[in-house]
Amino acid sequence: MSDAWQLDLRSDDDTLTVVLAGSWRMAGRLPGSDTVATRLAAGVRRVRFDATALTDWDTGLPSFLAGVLKACAARGIAVDSAGLPAGTQQLLTLARAVPAQDLSGRGGRPAGICTQVGMAVLDFVRGVPAMLAFLGEIVQACGRLAAGRARFRARDLWLEIEEVGPRALPIVSVISFLVGLILAYLGADQLKLVGAQIFIADLVAIGMVREIGALMTGIIIAGRTGAAFAAQLGTMQVNEEIDAYRTLGISAIDFLVLPRMLALMVMVPLLTLYAGFIGMAAGLLVAYAIFDIGFFEYYTETLRALELKHFLVGLSKGSVYGAMIAFAGCLRGMQCGRSAAAVGHAATSAVVTAILLITIAASVLTIVYYQLGI
Amino acid sequence: MNAIPQIEVRELTVGYGDHVVQRDLNFAVNRGEIFVVMGGNGCGKTTLMRALVGLQPPLAGRVLFAGEDFWGAAEEDRRRLQRRLGILFQGGALWSSLTLAENVALPLAEHTALSAAQIDEIVAFKLALVGLAGFGDFYPAELSGGMKKRAGLARAMALDPEILVIDEPSSGLDPLTARRLDELIVELRDSLGTTVVVVTHDLASILAIGDNSVYLDADTHTMIATGHPQEALRNGAPQVRHFLTRGNAA
Ligand SMILES: Nc1ncnc2c1ncn2[C@@H]1O[C@H](COP(=O)(O)OP(=O)(O)OP(=O)(O)O)[C@@H](O)[C@H]1O
Ligand SMILES: [Mg+2]
Repeated sequence: MSDAWQLDLRSDDDTLTVVLAGSWRMAGRLPGSDTVATRLAAGVRRVRFDATALTDWDTGLPSFLAGVLKACAARGIAVDSAGLPAGTQQLLTLARAVPAQDLSGRGGRPAGICTQVGMAVLDFVRGVPAMLAFLGEIVQACGRLAAGRARFRARDLWLEIEEVGPRALPIVSVISFLVGLILAYLGADQLKLVGAQIFIADLVAIGMVREIGALMTGIIIAGRTGAAFAAQLGTMQVNEEIDAYRTLGISAIDFLVLPRMLALMVMVPLLTLYAGFIGMAAGLLVAYAIFDIGFFEYYTETLRALELKHFLVGLSKGSVYGAMIAFAGCLRGMQCGRSAAAVGHAATSAVVTAILLITIAASVLTIVYYQLGI
Repeated sequence: MNAIPQIEVRELTVGYGDHVVQRDLNFAVNRGEIFVVMGGNGCGKTTLMRALVGLQPPLAGRVLFAGEDFWGAAEEDRRRLQRRLGILFQGGALWSSLTLAENVALPLAEHTALSAAQIDEIVAFKLALVGLAGFGDFYPAELSGGMKKRAGLARAMALDPEILVIDEPSSGLDPLTARRLDELIVELRDSLGTTVVVVTHDLASILAIGDNSVYLDADTHTMIATGHPQEALRNGAPQVRHFLTRGNAA
């Protein structure tokens, strides 16, 4: 047991004798079969084994031997395995009982970095039609919903609303408070130079309500809920639940995607509004405590700055971002493969897609609203 | 027996991308027949089933339901044809967010005009048929593997489909429950005239209930028509007898 493995290769004109001795256990860092294979080149016709000095072994030995046998077979060298312990011979026979399948067209060599980048880009481009098809299905489902023919259970909608809304309040509060704080500091520092610190109120109010409230909420919900949607639908895909919907003629889009979409389109704007108020409260705190601006002064300045249109802009953005998150989450979930790894990939990919879509939408909407003078 | 077979498969090739799993499949399933698709692990039984029930387009060939080409049909027609099928997936595929009763009730609520009370009665009856009376309020995650299988069958039977396609009814079931399930399948066929396609490698069940069968060979990637399983056991092709006797017949 204690003595380590020993491997000795003895050439005797055209016969190579593989002498195995000592303890061949996996714990002992066994040699690879290539140590033998390299010796097979020079005129060897026959391989024999001598295991008389072998003390004990585990499956590490047959694994090594299988490699040797394969190398011999590839070179057309005859093998006399009579010298091997009976147990290893049995295991080797068992391992040969089901020949390796020819699965050409699978796997292959790992591609170089350029190829991988190229493939990734191509995959993305090829993904666009699928995205559009999914969008089309959702639009159709919305049409059915408007006509009162789409069916999903109200309970699902309420569950999603609860999951997206109240449960997201703590994280949305914390983040929008801190962002409001940052905004106020940043603004105050600059405005101090021109002695116009009171305009912190305008900056924070308009900034939070119009842009940042929606953007922050969107990103939080993308990470929180978008990923959850993808994981839920992905797991259903793995369990063949989605197939079961399809074969029973029940639209998975109506049943699974619509409630999630609606929940987000309703709740993200509300959270946006809430984030705006929390951000303004943070701005007030900074202005009052650090920059010596009066409470009522700040309040009236905020009221003066805010107009209804700012709220409408914020709400509309929230709704669009909500739709984007639900779209990305459900799309990646429905496209999920049939394994645990695929579910993880779907969740990651949902967040990335959602944030990408949100950022694009944010830019487009900001430009459009500016051009329209809203 | 009807002149046109209920299901007909012609020159069907199934697989994934370039990887052909089974090719040149040809068989017909008559009305009211229990048709067994057998074969070893990984020979493509589930893959064939997915092509039969319209979940995965075949690489080539046709599937006809009562003479109507499934994969060549328009989306709308395909959905109509699919409605004739009840499917039990290998893993049960129960909807995890719904209770058992809701799982069975959903297809009924979706495709019939029954009242809620009537649906409840039908659901209770179907669950009782598969031996799950009283489990209506359980969620799938609260059931054992075998119970999920039976619940899946209750859902597949919900709409009294003309054709029942069952992937491995008895895997994960104890011998007695497996036998009860076999009896249930035969009973459904006898009483309602349901055509049943059973994908299985459970020998006892193949020999007990099969009227006709095919064997999918993993090595040659094609099928061997085997006829009645009992007959195949006596004078079938060597591979098939090998399979049906757990490798004891030469
Ligand atoms: N999604 C997939 N992509 C690629 N190949 C697959 C996929 N699913 C299955 N296969 C391959 O198809 C072949 C047949 O698989 P299938 O699931 O149809 O076998 P089966 O006969 O149902 O086996 P079992 O009795 O174990 O259920 C296998 O070789 C498998 O590797
Ligand atoms: Mg299978």
